[in-house]
Amino acid sequence: MTPERVISIAFGASVVASAALVVVYLTGGDAQLEGLLLGVALGGLGFGVVTWATRLLHEDEVTEERPPLGTGEATVEATGQMLKDDEVTRRSALVRLLAGASATLAAALSIPALSLGPRPGQSLFRTRWSAGKRLVDLDGNPVRPDAVQPGAVQTVFPEGEVGAADAQTLLIKVDPERLQLPSGREAWAPEGVVSYSKICTHAGCPVGLYRAESHELLCPCHQSTFDVLTGAEPTFGPADRPLPQLPIEIDDEGYLVAMGDFSAPVGPGFWNLQRDDGEEQLS
Amino acid sequence: MGWLDERLGIASFARKGLRKVFPDHWSFLLGEVALFCFVILVATGTFLTLFYRPDAAEVVYQGPYAPLQGREVSAAYESVMRISFEVRAGLVMRQIHHWAALVFVASVVVHAMRIFFTGAFRKPRELNWVIGVVLLILALGMGFTGYSLPDDLLSGTGLRIAYSVLISVPFIGPYLAFLAFGGEFPTAGIISRLFVLHVMLLPGLIFGLIGAHLAILARQKHAQFATSKSTERNVVGKPFWPGQAFKSVGLLLITGSVLSLMGGLIQINPVWDYGPFDPTVVSAPAQPDWYIGWLEGALRLFPPADVSVFGILIPSPFIPGVVMPGIAFGLMALWPFVEAKLTGDRDEHHLLNRPRDVPFRTGIGVAAFLFFLVLTIAGGNDVMAIMFNVQVEAVTNVLRVAVFVVPALGGLLAHRMSVQLQGPGVGIPRGPVRLRRNPEGGFEEQH
Ligand code: FES
Repeated sequence: MTPERVISIAFGASVVASAALVVVYLTGGDAQLEGLLLGVALGGLGFGVVTWATRLLHEDEVTEERPPLGTGEATVEATGQMLKDDEVTRRSALVRLLAGASATLAAALSIPALSLGPRPGQSLFRTRWSAGKRLVDLDGNPVRPDAVQPGAVQTVFPEGEVGAADAQTLLIKVDPERLQLPSGREAWAPEGVVSYSKICTHAGCPVGLYRAESHELLCPCHQSTFDVLTGAEPTFGPADRPLPQLPIEIDDEGYLVAMGDFSAPVGPGFWNLQRDDGEEQLS
Repeated sequence: MGWLDERLGIASFARKGLRKVFPDHWSFLLGEVALFCFVILVATGTFLTLFYRPDAAEVVYQGPYAPLQGREVSAAYESVMRISFEVRAGLVMRQIHHWAALVFVASVVVHAMRIFFTGAFRKPRELNWVIGVVLLILALGMGFTGYSLPDDLLSGTGLRIAYSVLISVPFIGPYLAFLAFGGEFPTAGIISRLFVLHVMLLPGLIFGLIGAHLAILARQKHAQFATSKSTERNVVGKPFWPGQAFKSVGLLLITGSVLSLMGGLIQINPVWDYGPFDPTVVSAPAQPDWYIGWLEGALRLFPPADVSVFGILIPSPFIPGVVMPGIAFGLMALWPFVEAKLTGDRDEHHLLNRPRDVPFRTGIGVAAFLFFLVLTIAGGNDVMAIMFNVQVEAVTNVLRVAVFVVPALGGLLAHRMSVQLQGPGVGIPRGPVRLRRNPEGGFEEQH
């Protein structure tokens, strides 16, 4: 087949596809057909043009001089001299003042960037949990310890704060005999119900998976695992701090209620996480 | 033409442009593919912008997609659903846009590899290399911000990790994260900020830098491979008009064609399957787009090391999430200067190296490539665990070793192979070589 022939067929196919594209669009549209037709319309044109270039255009190779890029020391020198105008360079005090004034102006102009966000203050150190707040499920109903299914995890929030991201908490029921919580937390797991922050201490993903046989919580983001029996100490993966535990007890009406905020700031680490300044405000 | 020339005097200028010489090699087209992907991204992106709403306000979904009807979703998510199901040609545009983004970053990376392995970054092209590295970073930024806009479950996970990496920076981390996100994650304002970045600031910067990239290229003229005719003092190739122009236009059309076929026929980022963002849920296994995989993998492989120095916590995402990428991009950007320092070579170069000509550089390049490759694989360690039916812990431990061993071995091997491929007499053979039969029956070069 002659190149002219091939190219005309390609261009022709493109015209047909373009027309069909319009029809498809007007009759309701279909993503697959649209992609296919657009592909043919563009492809036909492209193929034709490239064939034209490779089969019909017989160009000779040409050689072009490559003059040196640099314009030579003399020019550089002369330009440098021009920049060093006496009235500019001689007044070094003024030059310095000008630079200082510009820098100050730049600093002043960049200050409004602070409007972009609040100061972190204490917000990273505390959540909406406080003593006496009931644990409620996603529908806002308070939870009884016997309603927590063994072998499963349940997500709870402080009463009236369903959806508060930093307060999301996991409830897990385990055999109280096997619990080895850090000392001082003996009373934090009534009837074997332990509660941990659901926010991974690595990079903040919700720790959503629970391996009941090995009583491990697994974070799906980077596969950190936490041992539920030992206070959610990390056992594998990049997380290095345990999930903070929420102290809970059972109130007069038999519902689970928090005794205070988490045992540590929740979520991903930051430089002053271990400092006391958060605690002071809390107590 | 005459009308324009009388007013702008452009005829001679245009003539020069049309005659500009382009050396011919397939690998010189990689940068063009990146450029054309950007063109297609701007075109499809403009269409999408007309329908997208950068708004985190909750609305009740009432569109045609039955499984989500009645769910509370963000206005942003709802608008992406509308683009996908109700706007005619919306879905195909969205999918072409996403595929084009993946191919864009890929072609930028492959183009950079071509420049690296052929030594095209050497004097006088150091500046353009640095601009290229900045363009690569901006392309990654475009990808990440765009990926986050639909406000679906998967993109929310990416944002959450970005927030955690920001907050991990010593001393200023919490301030940075709060300024960037407008408060503690998750915030309602982040969507509109990403939008401004994605449709205005980043593309503007990319646009300007591509302009500079091409202007410098035109000024310095193309580098070329050594042939019998080409020297350091000339450019040998075909003139721009008509051959090169036809080929480039053809390449643009074919790039568009392939991306259209992909966008139409291969589903990508089905946000309706992922569901809207919910801070208490994460899907697993979850993989980001390919070009973020190396960061994800680095986070996954890094050991649990929240080190505390004088009571200042350095959380474990800091090293893989900030320090490692910082060093990687820093080294990459400075490489032309590092290499000049190491070799003492300060000459202008317009003839390209073949990778085997410079075993040292080729070895380093291969090692760096393998390092990122293993990290990217590690970004899918959970998928591999499922595939090979082993514990994810085992996969992670193997990769923790592999990330150092594989690049080291690969780099050494590449170095070795380059040296051997050169054979006796490094460089390009000039003139005929005479062989002589030696007494043992073999051949040797006669000098
Ligand atoms: S966020 Fe949980 S392991 Fe990284």
